[in-house]
Amino acid sequence: MADPLKQFEIKPIIPFELAGVDISFTNSALWMGIAVITSILFMMIATRKTTMVPGRIQVIAESMYEFIASMVRDNIGSKGREYFPLIFTIFMIVLMGNMLGMIPYSFTFTSHIAVTLGLALAMFIFITILGFVKHGTHFLSLFCPAGLPWALKPLIIPIEVLSYLIRPITLSVRLFANMMAGHLILKVFAGFSVAMGVTLGILPMFFNVALIGFEFLIAFLQAYVFTILSCIYLKDAIELH
Amino acid sequence: MELESVKLLAAALALLPLFGVGLGLGMIFSSYNEAVGRNPSSAEILDKKFFLTFALTEALAIFALVVSLIILFG
Repeated sequence: MADPLKQFEIKPIIPFELAGVDISFTNSALWMGIAVITSILFMMIATRKTTMVPGRIQVIAESMYEFIASMVRDNIGSKGREYFPLIFTIFMIVLMGNMLGMIPYSFTFTSHIAVTLGLALAMFIFITILGFVKHGTHFLSLFCPAGLPWALKPLIIPIEVLSYLIRPITLSVRLFANMMAGHLILKVFAGFSVAMGVTLGILPMFFNVALIGFEFLIAFLQAYVFTILSCIYLKDAIELH
Repeated sequence: MELESVKLLAAALALLPLFGVGLGLGMIFSSYNEAVGRNPSSAEILDKKFFLTFALTEALAIFALVVSLIILFG
């Protein structure tokens, strides 16, 4: 029986090394490329022939657009319109990563902290730079809530700074851990099926069917949570609070 | 105690946060159901918040699982 952790193994497809740094084309990179190409192709096909009364594919694309647009509107406000493409891209790449990972024998690239921490750090650095560009040093007032008694300042300000700096870590660990734990549980129950034989093994299989449905919910939900938290963090930088 | 047994014990102890997460998830579900039961038209507004809080709370259980796995295999 295969080790349940084996599915997360990164295997180089085209080994490549540059100046001592291993930059092989791996299965992780392959599935990332597939995710990007699928999302671009999907949006292109959906919007190729737009009609007043949308067809099936156009409805999916429009509802996705409207879903993110209303999220940006509710969380950032009218100032957030210029950041809509960024938020939509983040949502699509995370959603595609989670959903493509549900295909048997595929690879879930969002189950690796290297990928999710990269995404979260990119957002975090962008938001921090944006805050300083928009507000200058006044951006630092984010760490000092208005009306704070001076006696509490030495206590509250370090807490605020720490909670700001921990954001990319919680954001990335939440996504990676959810995807990893979910796929791990699927494989563990599949292993039970194999170990229990044909007759009794059907019971864990039924449980696995229910778990796969739950995994699809989690795959969507985690993409949603990653996006909405990025929105909330972006709002902090745009409006301070 | 031997190192191996302490490791197993620590991995089990690391899953203790599940107690709080279970409690929290139960509270989220119960208050969501109660609110929608009292005012069914509020379901649309509450759905998004419900899913967000559900995912945020559930993530804590997963954090505990990751810590446990790190102790076991790390």
